[in-house]
Amino acid sequence: MTTLLEVRNLKKHYPVRKGFFSKQVGAVKAVDGITLSVEQGETLAVVGESGCGKSTTGRAILRLIEPTEGEIIFGGTDVRSLNTEQLRRFRTDMQMVFQDPYASLDPRWTVQRILEEPLRTHGSAPAGELTSRVEQLMEVVGLSPYQAHRYPHEFSGGQRQRIGIARALALNPKFIVCDEPVSALDVSIQAQVLNLMQDLQEQYGLTYMFISHDLSVVKFISDRVAVMYLGRIVELAPTKELFAKPLHPYTQALMSAVPVPNPGLKKQRIVLSGDVPNPETPPTGCAFHPRCPYAMDRCKSEAPVLRELGPGHQAACHLY
Amino acid sequence: MSTAAHSAQGSPGRPAPAKPRTLLSLLLHNRLAAIGLTFILIWTVVAVFAPWLAPHDPFVTDMANKLQAPSGSHWFGTDNFGRDILSRVLYGARISIWTGLIAVSISFLIGMPLGGIAAYYGGRTGTIIMRFMDVLLSFPSLVLSMAIAASIGAGLSSAMIAVGIVGIPEFARLMFGQTVSLREKEYIEASRAIGVKNSVILYRHILPNALAPLMVQATLGMGFAILTASSLSFLGLGVRPPIAEWGAMISEGREYIISGQWWLVTFPGLGIATSILGFNLLGDGFRDVLDPRLRSGK
Repeated sequence: MTTLLEVRNLKKHYPVRKGFFSKQVGAVKAVDGITLSVEQGETLAVVGESGCGKSTTGRAILRLIEPTEGEIIFGGTDVRSLNTEQLRRFRTDMQMVFQDPYASLDPRWTVQRILEEPLRTHGSAPAGELTSRVEQLMEVVGLSPYQAHRYPHEFSGGQRQRIGIARALALNPKFIVCDEPVSALDVSIQAQVLNLMQDLQEQYGLTYMFISHDLSVVKFISDRVAVMYLGRIVELAPTKELFAKPLHPYTQALMSAVPVPNPGLKKQRIVLSGDVPNPETPPTGCAFHPRCPYAMDRCKSEAPVLRELGPGHQAACHLY
Repeated sequence: MSTAAHSAQGSPGRPAPAKPRTLLSLLLHNRLAAIGLTFILIWTVVAVFAPWLAPHDPFVTDMANKLQAPSGSHWFGTDNFGRDILSRVLYGARISIWTGLIAVSISFLIGMPLGGIAAYYGGRTGTIIMRFMDVLLSFPSLVLSMAIAASIGAGLSSAMIAVGIVGIPEFARLMFGQTVSLREKEYIEASRAIGVKNSVILYRHILPNALAPLMVQATLGMGFAILTASSLSFLGLGVRPPIAEWGAMISEGREYIISGQWWLVTFPGLGIATSILGFNLLGDGFRDVLDPRLRSGK
């Protein structure tokens, strides 16, 4: 296994400005120092509740949002050092599938045009082959090519998401950031789309970064999981290991919230008190300490670092 | 999705892809747009063929027959100099419609890119552009167009330019607002993720999606432009008498309404009203036709 993507200390801070002269009075630390690596061909899931910075992380890696700080090494290339034109060409290697299939397709474009756009932009198919290439892409994602002249609003949510996936595949990328690709879909359609994504991964040797808040989806599709809380990774482990033996108290609480399809089973649900703190003024020390059932004095003053606690299992907690 | 479409999936005789229809055929299928287009077409024909259609010379005064009510020899009556109003209305179409078209084109073609660029790229350039638009907007439009027309020199073309410049901020602001909301859409982000150039995104994604309200504004602007140009004529900064121009005709004829000679203002007024109505209906039709979701085929 080779490492495809390495992210070191990635940060994205949004300045908070006030007053007539727009003086910067603070910063929302949407992503605050993320370090992770993604291996060739694997699916790394990023989970966390709304506002924890998982989407921002995905977009910052693709430089759709300019990161404030940090290093992004993709296949040996330092992505942050690329200029606009280099980055534009580099985008053939890394693509994105979006959350809302209703908003991610231009309502005025036919599917044909939508799928041609990446091919035309990078000249990756001669003009005469565009139609056949689009047909092929549609077949790959399970759509009928005769629908190519329809508009997005004539498709169902699941079909639209297939179009979104086809668009991401058009450039033969190595890496796809999937930003909650199934959370806007019906449960019955979710399974279809997830299966499709898995098939495509096998077929084309894709590497996924799968952003989600749905743990059952994550359990199904990912090889490894990174758990985020308030802009930081609190735990990172192989999926099986994480679900069997979560180490960080936050992960434990998350896991206990997953419904189990067995009404007879008595489960101990860990209910967290309080809300997610404002990322503009995160708590001192460990960001999770005000809600943590095991918080110690040390947690209030010293931020824990992500440490290797088992083979491939990292957590950021003073308990271990 | 019918069963026919389903069975055709794979069989050699699959249905032909939906015919890409032209803008014109779509417009003609939209009843209101077709009516609007008809009005515009009629006025355009009138404007082009005015010399052949006019029963009298529009500039020849005939003091013996001044202020005649509509009759067999003067269908629309005569004005205070005895000129035939029908002929003057027909000739007026040339100037009024032309003025409106040119002025709105100037506003549209300059205002739209300014607003789009200001919103999409943002930053200092965007702020400077939009603050300048605010400065233009802060003047009463007639005063500003007078100032511009006076500084380039009186005449029909300077009136067109002046009215065109005064209309720029409207389009710039409209496009600015549209672009600001469209810029955040996921499909714009998707195009960026693909590596599409910003200028291409602006032209191919944002512009078509922002166009509908701009089209409506353009058709409404036609009315504004025709009227403002008329006011300029009245003030001596646009067309000079005796040239026939609808706005100028209304201005000259307005004092006779009280004394009962209604035809002096009514017929040029109808000219303005019908031509503007035509453009407005066409604008609504454009809005419906340009959006695939609203295409009803009716």
